Amino acid sequence: MNKKISTAKKVLMLKVVIHLAAFLPLFNLYYLAFNDLLGADPVERVIHFTGIGAFNLLLVTLTISPIAKKFKQGYLLQVRRLLGLYAFSYAFMHVLNFLAFDLQFAWWLFFNEIVKRPYITIGMLAFVLVAALAITSLNSLKRKMGKSWQNLHNFSYLIVVLVSIHFYWSVKSELISPLFYFLLTIILLSFRYKKIKVLLGSLFSKRQS
Amino acid sequence: MLIKTPKSSDLKESEVTPENVYLNRRDLLKSLGFLGAGALLANSASANAIDWFSQEEKVKFKTTSLKYQADANSNNLSLTPESKVTTHNNFYEFGAQKQQPAELSQSFKVNPWQLTISGECDKPITLDYDDLTTMFALEERIYRLRCVEAWSMNIPWIGFSLADLLKKVSPNSSAKYVFFETLHDPVQMPGQANRRLGGGIAYPYVEGLRIDEAMNPLTLMSVGLYGKTLPPQNGAPIRLVVPWKYGFKSIKSIVSIKLVSEQPQTTWHKLAANEYGFYANVNPEHDHPRWSQASERHITSGGLFSRNRINTLPFNGYGEQVAHLYKGMDLRKYY
Repeated sequence: MNKKISTAKKVLMLKVVIHLAAFLPLFNLYYLAFNDLLGADPVERVIHFTGIGAFNLLLVTLTISPIAKKFKQGYLLQVRRLLGLYAFSYAFMHVLNFLAFDLQFAWWLFFNEIVKRPYITIGMLAFVLVAALAITSLNSLKRKMGKSWQNLHNFSYLIVVLVSIHFYWSVKSELISPLFYFLLTIILLSFRYKKIKVLLGSLFSKRQS
Repeated sequence: MLIKTPKSSDLKESEVTPENVYLNRRDLLKSLGFLGAGALLANSASANAIDWFSQEEKVKFKTTSLKYQADANSNNLSLTPESKVTTHNNFYEFGAQKQQPAELSQSFKVNPWQLTISGECDKPITLDYDDLTTMFALEERIYRLRCVEAWSMNIPWIGFSLADLLKKVSPNSSAKYVFFETLHDPVQMPGQANRRLGGGIAYPYVEGLRIDEAMNPLTLMSVGLYGKTLPPQNGAPIRLVVPWKYGFKSIKSIVSIKLVSEQPQTTWHKLAANEYGFYANVNPEHDHPRWSQASERHITSGGLFSRNRINTLPFNGYGEQVAHLYKGMDLRKYY
């Protein structure tokens, strides 16, 4: 029965599910927030929701290739870009919430905080890298970039580590959730142990020469 | 016989939103969230359908009205709506997320209650629940509460001066500091029983003031807000309010006040001494290591788009009354 569903159909269905699961909560969040129905301080809520949402989506994106390999479901790779772009969208809203609703476009304060607060510096660095990956996800750019495209997109491993640190440094006292996310990050990266070793090795040898 | 002809614009009985649905409209909206805004147009029957699936029955803590003298300046100040004051709380004993204390504290028992005032004094006393609201004449004080997280609210507290209470016990000459302790009751306070819920701070929550800070007329023991006794999420039945210091100094649900000779350890200072000092005076020039304290978001009515960022004032605007307490002290060192 399952065999009869074509790969194209599977991918399409999966994409519909991803769109619904990623977009509807965001729509709901801003509907409530704009109408002052999201608790006493909607600003804090939208910042936290989009932040942890971006992290979740990033982790889901990184689970795709290990699962595809393990269960020989190659078609899964076709939804990876969509997940990655949603991770970027959430991260973009996260930064925008901070700038527009928390700091209320106090640009000087915005840049000052990025420079002065290590957890924001590192979070901003992760965002810039995610944005670079999102922009270069266009097929035309991918073709033009050739081999350097893969090199750039290997930065996703660095991004997830930066985001883990950003989350850990941002909390006031509760460390269980950030440590749990650290663990997830380490597990996902451990599937790429060999690849990361090679990447780090080449980085090291380049420095040497 | 009175015959009423309803106008066509009059609401029929059947069209009125049932009170329980109206009161729970926010939960309704949240639970409908996944269906999107369109579902809001559905009739109220769906609200009941959703109610059937919610496990916990909604008990609400009962507050009672208080007799008090109104704040003379009350007309000049815009207040943060009561619904926000009572649903946006840092009271980790009932959960570390802002909305959790209001959700998880409604069955909290405040009567009987015992508040002991002891230590370096001649006449230690223990107050019971009724004493808290009857021992002193109550007055309303509208103060701005400035949280260390850079948001603030204007709240009409009701209470009495801590100084009046301390005078009752006749502090002796060794009483240099005042040490406060919150109730420790992990059965009633789920945050004390569960590390994740309780945000990983040490319990019981403890705080302290220097004796001259405690005796300052601004320092309030609050037993109510908005004309009624305190709800649990705001620190029932009695809490401290020190308006020129960051909110975490204003300890809630107090069971013990002790006069001591040495500067006591305080909860947040123990957890991260570089971030939270003993004094914790509101100071726009001394940033928290992880965010600026130069400005704050003032929480009023209004959603995401309310432009509410205001400059933070030294001593939260109470400098005239308290700046002299810190004369000659380096406030960057004693933050």
